[in-house]
Amino acid sequence: MTSREKILSDVKTNQPDLTTMPDVDFLLQEDVDVPEKFIAALTAIGGHVIEVKDYAAIKAFIAENFQQPSRKITTISQLGDIAEYIEDDSLAPHSLENVDYTIIGSDLAVAENGAIWITEDKIHTRVLPFISQHLAVTVKRKDIVPTMHYAYNKIASTDYGFATFIAGPSKTADIEQSLVLGAHGARSMTVFLIN
Amino acid sequence: MSEIQNKTNHADLAEVFNNDEARVDWHDETLWWIRSKRDVAVNKISNWEDLRETASQIKHNVLSNLSSYLQQFESNALTNGITVHWAVDAKEHNQIVLDILKKHSIDQMVKSKSMLTEECHLNDFLEENGINVIDSDLGERIVQLAKEMPSHIVLPCIHKKKEEIGELFHQHLGTPAGNADPQFLTETARQHLRDTFLTRRAALTGVNFAIAETGEFVVCTNEGNADMGAHLANVHIASMGIEKIIPERKHLGVFLRLLTRSATGQPITTYSSHFKRPNKGKEMHIIIVDNGRSIQLGREDFRNSLKCIRCGACMNTCPVYRRSGGHSYHNAISGPIGSILAPNLDMEKYADLPFASTLCGSCTNVCPVKIDIHQQLYKWRQVIVKNGYVPAAKTVSMKIMDWTLSSPTAYHTAGKAGRFVLKYAPVIVNNKLNPWYKHRDMPEPPKESFGEWYKKNRNN
Repeated sequence: MTSREKILSDVKTNQPDLTTMPDVDFLLQEDVDVPEKFIAALTAIGGHVIEVKDYAAIKAFIAENFQQPSRKITTISQLGDIAEYIEDDSLAPHSLENVDYTIIGSDLAVAENGAIWITEDKIHTRVLPFISQHLAVTVKRKDIVPTMHYAYNKIASTDYGFATFIAGPSKTADIEQSLVLGAHGARSMTVFLIN
Repeated sequence: MSEIQNKTNHADLAEVFNNDEARVDWHDETLWWIRSKRDVAVNKISNWEDLRETASQIKHNVLSNLSSYLQQFESNALTNGITVHWAVDAKEHNQIVLDILKKHSIDQMVKSKSMLTEECHLNDFLEENGINVIDSDLGERIVQLAKEMPSHIVLPCIHKKKEEIGELFHQHLGTPAGNADPQFLTETARQHLRDTFLTRRAALTGVNFAIAETGEFVVCTNEGNADMGAHLANVHIASMGIEKIIPERKHLGVFLRLLTRSATGQPITTYSSHFKRPNKGKEMHIIIVDNGRSIQLGREDFRNSLKCIRCGACMNTCPVYRRSGGHSYHNAISGPIGSILAPNLDMEKYADLPFASTLCGSCTNVCPVKIDIHQQLYKWRQVIVKNGYVPAAKTVSMKIMDWTLSSPTAYHTAGKAGRFVLKYAPVIVNNKLNPWYKHRDMPEPPKESFGEWYKKNRNN
């Protein structure tokens, strides 16, 4: 008997009688002031939200706030003139080691916790949003949902090889519970909220 | 800490921890502060109790249909291009990891937090076989440098003062002596581990949730260390216990809402990464581990412990954990949940743990998946006694108690003697030899027993 067969057989012998699966859709509860709640949630966990009209405003913000020479990368074609534009997965992950600033796009954000849903097709190289020193994400105001239940309703049947919710900058409080931003991932997270 | 190594039961180990009273107070207050943050976060969710109940029911359904879900998960993971391994016990799990590394001639691995690998003592095994392992979670890296076990499943070095961490970094990473600034030490670890991430060809992560419907798994971290390791390596190994299964992707909505609010009071971890397919040209392995879980599944009174999502809320709230420290549980998973999981693995070795509780029930009240932890602690005590594994001191006193309670004469004599002793010679019970008396005051003895009072008054 293989280990697989043994485990499955032991589990089958010992598992209790089948219980019913609960419905989770009743947890979908509409909410008001959803974008404001998103801004408050992301700010509370150390993120920055910049409300902008269009990509021109994003460029202006970056020009003003990240002037120092640095390697900037974007996966958004409209920002190709202010950063290195990546449109496929041809870059080796290790070649991103020295990236200072990354701007990517997302179609889904969650108000209750400030999380942004990022799928592989938006980053091309999986390590990009983690290895970059700073991370910026564009999201449209209309793409913010109230809770994780709404988020998973949207993505329940989508396909991806890798995807992640990112909520704020990388952080740790492992040393005496002192919160430090910038553990191993991005040191800061800026969300450009497009109205 | 040789003093700790020679002791193997909770009371003795707690005594070691309690030698430093100031540290105990600090430990107690730090954990209670985290518990308070949990309360603030939870109170913001109007339907929190609905969430808990739903999570509990989903987990019940998982346990009742686990064999099918495991096969469904395996089949979907295989379709996704993930290699699936099965390990009956810790030994087999460790060997599978070693074989994968050997196949690729890899002798260095980076690892993010996985309590399962702590349970399996994977690091020791790999070191013995010439594999260097670096833990990348900051707290785990700190306890690894200190050659200790994590003392908490979410906060591995919660027992350590920053000065001690500064000294460890000074010794191992060359930081200036006396620098204990958390910001500075974290930045040092970031620089040091970045080099590790960039040079390791293999990364091992834990698994928070494995989704049967899609064959993907989710790993949650705040630091980003699991992702840095996994995406930069050629080989990603993910180790999971059989109970990590959830049926559908949409159920993550329930569990991700509960997990970090219960753990640290955060609304969600910084990263909740969904791994579904290996990256082009890379390998992804999942090791599904039983290691006693299927036995626990068959114990009707204790199977609910397998619903655990490892948030650590029961530890933060536990008055015994907070004042005895995680190492006093001498098990990879400490605190109340560790005390109901460990006896399943080795009833004799962990016979003391279900007794390391006041049965106050606070653990049960905060548990996000409604495990009846304090009731299981109480039930384990009975199982342990029935199986003859009760701690020696308790056996003697319980035998005397049994004899006293089964003999009316002895009972009445004992009562009289007790009242006499408490009245005229309290030092006989109130002394250092009676551990029960520590930090307790004995009540004023009644003048007479109820039986004596009744005899005197029944004619009136």
